[in-house]
Amino acid sequence: MIERAWGDGNYDREADEERLAKERRTISRDGPKLTGAKLEARLARTWARPPGFLGWLATVDHKEIGRRYIVTALVFLALGGVLALLMRLQLALPESGLISAARFNELFTMHGSTMMFLFAVPVMEGVAVYIIPLMLGTRATGFPRLNSFSYYMYLFGGLLLWVAFALNIGPDIGWFAYVPLSGPEFSPGKRADIWAQMITFTEVSALAAAVVLVCTILKTRAPGMTLARMPLFAWAMLVTSVMIILAMPSIALCSSMLISDRLVGTQFYNSFEHGDALLWQHLFWFFGHPEVYIIFLPATGFVSVITETFCRRPVFAYPVVVLALISTGILAFGLWVHHMFATGLPRVGYSFYTAASMSVAIPTGLQIFCWLATMWDGRPRFQVPMLYVVGFIVTFVIGGLTGVMVAAVPLDLQLHDTYFVVAHFHYVLIGGAVFPLLGILTYWFPKITGRMMSETLGKIGFWMIFLGFQLTFFPMHWSGLLGMPRRVYTYPAGLGLELPNLLSSIGAFVVAMAVLLFVLNGLWSYFRGAPAPPNPWGASTLEWATPSPPPDYNFAHIPVVESRTPLWDTKDKLPVVTGLRVDDKELLLTTVVAAAPDLREPVPEPSLWPFIAACATGILFVASIFSPWAIVFGAIPTAIAMAAWFWPSQVKRHPEPVIG
Amino acid sequence: MMLEPRFTEDLAELPTHKFGPSSLTWWGIIGYMIVEGGFFAMAFAAYFFLMGHEQGWPPEGRIPPNFLWGTLFTIVILLSEIPNTMIKKAANAYDTATVRRLMPVIIAFGAALLIIRGFEFNSLNCRWTDNAYASIIWALLILHTIHILTDWGDTVVLWALMMTPLGYESRRLVDTDENALYWRYVWLLWIPIYLMIYWIPRL
Repeated sequence: MIERAWGDGNYDREADEERLAKERRTISRDGPKLTGAKLEARLARTWARPPGFLGWLATVDHKEIGRRYIVTALVFLALGGVLALLMRLQLALPESGLISAARFNELFTMHGSTMMFLFAVPVMEGVAVYIIPLMLGTRATGFPRLNSFSYYMYLFGGLLLWVAFALNIGPDIGWFAYVPLSGPEFSPGKRADIWAQMITFTEVSALAAAVVLVCTILKTRAPGMTLARMPLFAWAMLVTSVMIILAMPSIALCSSMLISDRLVGTQFYNSFEHGDALLWQHLFWFFGHPEVYIIFLPATGFVSVITETFCRRPVFAYPVVVLALISTGILAFGLWVHHMFATGLPRVGYSFYTAASMSVAIPTGLQIFCWLATMWDGRPRFQVPMLYVVGFIVTFVIGGLTGVMVAAVPLDLQLHDTYFVVAHFHYVLIGGAVFPLLGILTYWFPKITGRMMSETLGKIGFWMIFLGFQLTFFPMHWSGLLGMPRRVYTYPAGLGLELPNLLSSIGAFVVAMAVLLFVLNGLWSYFRGAPAPPNPWGASTLEWATPSPPPDYNFAHIPVVESRTPLWDTKDKLPVVTGLRVDDKELLLTTVVAAAPDLREPVPEPSLWPFIAACATGILFVASIFSPWAIVFGAIPTAIAMAAWFWPSQVKRHPEPVIG
Repeated sequence: MMLEPRFTEDLAELPTHKFGPSSLTWWGIIGYMIVEGGFFAMAFAAYFFLMGHEQGWPPEGRIPPNFLWGTLFTIVILLSEIPNTMIKKAANAYDTATVRRLMPVIIAFGAALLIIRGFEFNSLNCRWTDNAYASIIWALLILHTIHILTDWGDTVVLWALMMTPLGYESRRLVDTDENALYWRYVWLLWIPIYLMIYWIPRL
């Protein structure tokens, strides 16, 4: 009886299966008979996205989503940079009255939050979303609709923060929003809630992108690309994505608890009602410290990619680099308390977290020695991407050394919350992540746009940013040692702080000019640059085995990998597998470790529902700043959008192209 | 210049579905389980962190939550594993008819659990505004209620899909199998929460 329930009443299973068997025979696939221009035209038709603005919103193409991620993150980088310039203007001279204390609080909060949550993490994910499927030799990411949802959530989170700032309700509580300052008592109004809800948006987005990347890396690698042959950038992104999955829930939870303390009167952080302000610091830094490595590890992947290509030899000691990535990822979760040395800890806590903090220098150091050995043994070409690698090594090593210094408790207690710490983390974050990022954007620019960037402008830009950076941040060590606290809006004359601050301000404008030059170079090259061949740098990985820019379907045939550096070891013909459908979008799934062919996986069609679901979720999040009932009423459209997202466009069986 | 292809193997015969770790969605579900597990782990950490700062748990003058509804909830959720396992086995055996027959049962279990949960909130003997102890107890229960609610909604949508001709598609049976796997996670996570809300305050 139930078998014939609703929706199924007139369904004749036997007749339908006869139809399916008939249709199954007519499915076309690629192979020796369908190759070259004919195949490409067929695949282009299948993989093209629907036209028009709605088609643009509905896209699930990882390349399009990746490009949007990168461009959006660079816009936020520019905005965050402008805030930095404003702060440096104010601090250029002592007792300057340019910016008020309250506005200054907003500026550093917006700068830190923008750079960490809206630039650094998303840009790494954006680059990975674009390049990883190409590097792995596949046609799409896993869960492409989730990928699209992730981008829209990120965009809406960024808009929330910046629209609020423009309306003068931007947060002013610092990028780590310590309670009790951010709690209901000391931050009335909605500024802190805007910050906390921006966190929710970006965490949902980052978690979705991380799940997409893990599944893509584990399941869609080209046949033969065993884990031991996987490019180091894919390793770096695998470790990073797992770290995101483990770290981000912590901040999403603690910021939700902050909102509920502020909105519905819970007492998590209220010490008068048995709550604890240090609970915030633990939960925040359990995320916040791994966050630094979430930003840094993709950058080490960039460095490995560039070093390999520009030294024309595989990275020295591949297993050591992989193990270093994994152990950095593990150690990163064991040292969050070093941000809390000044809160007072048991003695054994001090010793343990000092030791843990210092030990993370070991795997990082190993990686650096591996890159140096690669350069030593190879024949380095000092083109722009390689220059950024050299700039990275110099700058990051300085930042790493000051890191080992502040890992020592006595010194940390002295330097805590001074400009020395500001210098340290800009050395590791700009030196460790932004330099490799600029290098890799130059490196992958021809793949993404089909044009080369100007080498001359690139070299001028590199030297400006490298020297400008040192001029900005090296004097901060000095002002910090002199006792200048971070986050002050001004300082008195006569304490010896004038010169280092003036130098820092001058340097900041040099860096800004260099970034502007990078953008101008990008724009000019996009329209006027020399056309790029498929593999302009003579690199070894699969993203260079397809035209620049890649077609919608990435690869006409799925490549087969027989070594760690496939394009260097391929003599004249690229080994490929065949048999995927060309009349419908299909991916090849392989096994997790050995990358043996496993399944053929249909790829979801473009859909507007991820966008609509992101809008519904966004309305829920923003409204819940004002009323807890928004969670109840906002859940209804969100649930409907999610259900529609999963519901197939036709309730009709399609021929499953299995013969065996 | 593009490289010419060298044809090695034809994969037209590969299947389009498998149960377990071969499936892409299986990995997606494991990923989200770890995400949600992370949420709960951090909430547990907050619970023990707050508890560690107290002389008594619950703080003096408070009584622990009443046993009745929480324990009833635990019994019902453990019993729900019986139809859940049957659905999982039927999905693995491509037995759409049994899946269709049993999914309303698991949906009824979910509905009953949500009703019991309402009474459970009423028997906590505290309001979330009282103190940090009350806040974390409420937080744990709300987090788990969201967990139940989302999986219940998901199961209803899947059931509707399974009642269409698509219920005979092998890939939809893989979905059913993975949905059952997820339900196991939902009730497994309930056990430590049950202990933390009802038993630890009585130790």
